[in-house]
Amino acid sequence: MLKHRMIKFILSRMVAPILYLVAFGWGLGRSINTGSGSYLDFLVPGILALNSMNIAFNSLSPLHGERVYHKSIEEYFTAPINPLSFVIGKILAAILRGMISSAIIIVLAYLFGANFMITPLFLLVLILNCAIFAEIGFYAAMTIDSYEDMGRFNTYILMPMSFLCGTFFSPDKLPKLFYYFIHALPLTHTSLLLREIGRGAPPELLSVLVLLLYTAVCFWLCARVTKKAQQ
Amino acid sequence: MLRLENVRKTFLYKNAKGKESTKVAVDNMNLRIDDGEIFGLLGPNGAGKTTIIKMLTMLSRPTKGNIYYGKLNTRNDAQAIKKLIGVVPQHINFDQDLTVGENMQLHGRLHHMPRKDREQCISEMLRYVELSERVNDSVRALSGGMKRRLLIVRALMHKPSILFLDEPTVALDPQVRRRIWDLIRKMHKAGVTIVLTTHYIEEAEALCDRVAIINKGKLIALDTPKALQEKIGSYAVEWDKENGEREFKIFHSKEQAKAFANNLSQQNILRRRSNLEDVFVELTGRKVNS
Ligand SMILES: Nc1ncnc2c1ncn2[C@@H]1O[C@H](COP(=O)(O)OP(=O)(O)OP(=O)(O)O)[C@@H](O)[C@H]1O
Ligand SMILES: [Mg+2]
Repeated sequence: MLKHRMIKFILSRMVAPILYLVAFGWGLGRSINTGSGSYLDFLVPGILALNSMNIAFNSLSPLHGERVYHKSIEEYFTAPINPLSFVIGKILAAILRGMISSAIIIVLAYLFGANFMITPLFLLVLILNCAIFAEIGFYAAMTIDSYEDMGRFNTYILMPMSFLCGTFFSPDKLPKLFYYFIHALPLTHTSLLLREIGRGAPPELLSVLVLLLYTAVCFWLCARVTKKAQQ
Repeated sequence: MLRLENVRKTFLYKNAKGKESTKVAVDNMNLRIDDGEIFGLLGPNGAGKTTIIKMLTMLSRPTKGNIYYGKLNTRNDAQAIKKLIGVVPQHINFDQDLTVGENMQLHGRLHHMPRKDREQCISEMLRYVELSERVNDSVRALSGGMKRRLLIVRALMHKPSILFLDEPTVALDPQVRRRIWDLIRKMHKAGVTIVLTTHYIEEAEALCDRVAIINKGKLIALDTPKALQEKIGSYAVEWDKENGEREFKIFHSKEQAKAFANNLSQQNILRRRSNLEDVFVELTGRKVNS
């Protein structure tokens, strides 16, 4: 039953990224000149980044209902388990979903004829991206009170990020102030890293550090909010 | 032994104009619940029963005061206490995406039960509440009464030594209610301490060794049902008022009640023994069941 649901969940969330891949990469992209390589090759890392962000974040949105409406979260909070294992379990499940859907995108991208390399660091970056947005999803689900606000988080924060954070175009061309703002966001570093690693260029280690920092800080926030929820 | 010492719980809330104020849900509560008793919390809607249960089960923290399980304090020994307790919430809180069996499995795992125990316990429990055939159904597909039955046996799976039930038989038909009572008595015989809240006076009378009556967050009476009833007087006279409402008065002796009834000119005069409901109405000035 759970597996069935997981597949349905992943597929429904992947319609948009796959359409981006088809429309902008395979369709429109063939006539775009990026200077180095095809636009499809440029786009695939961006799609992987935004897709894993969306899947990981939204894997945690049911937690909101579990906390506010069904209250099934009480089952966990009255059980003799470490609150941290609750946080870790939820985040690992979201990472798993994010990685399964990434695998689907990777296969499709190769079928469309994209060229990119997958190294262990490439996978690590994807995993960190899933972890960060799973944690942000967790934190949102534990603190936001209404279902509508959960939806607004998607529309006003995730949606703009999925277009602006180095996913569809290079952030180098942005105005200075905006450039710095975009570089404070984790998704930008994921896109840039995946693109560099994918085309065999040396990765920017500072970006890896930024992702690690985000992962750690967000985890700490999740742990804190979980402990507080049990008071 | 379970002890509440000067427990107070306040909530912050915003009114329509956005102004914040504090609401006192439980005020300076002192209680002692002994091992092996069935203890009832009785009170009207909004009295603070659920708030008390939530603090006892560590789903919320007292604003002030302390709760002790023997020497363990809920503030510092949460994990140890959680091993001792079972919780039946007022609100049905299954994982809606899981089946009946999966919800039970989840509970067993969260309480670190070995696989074999889990399987055996689940089939036993489901048989007891006549839900064996529904084990692979989604919990969404159960009727309200079935959900409640399942909620209770789930809380019993890990053999807790203290069981909390927040309105365990609300919305159940009389047969099922009696079955749940039997189950509670059976647990009690097996040595489990039981703390329950209820709206149903007859439930408190049928089950509880001692009853605490709570109103507006305050403890207003605490004793055995019988002693409470004797304290206010054992004899009651009821009659119809002009506006059609029912009114009653309690007396300490049969003679007083008789004399009073004989002097009444109203309709439908009835003399009877007083009961816990009378105690409740006398003390809180409201009816619970209406
Ligand atoms: N989370 C909360 N925020 C604000 N006020 C609350 C909260 N929970 C409870 N209250 C208030 O505390 C008071 C006690 O509520 P509680 O749920 O404990 O009552 P109860 O005795 O269980 O009632 P019922 O019989 O209806 O279940 C009520 O006035 C309620 O409005
Ligand atoms: Mg209640």
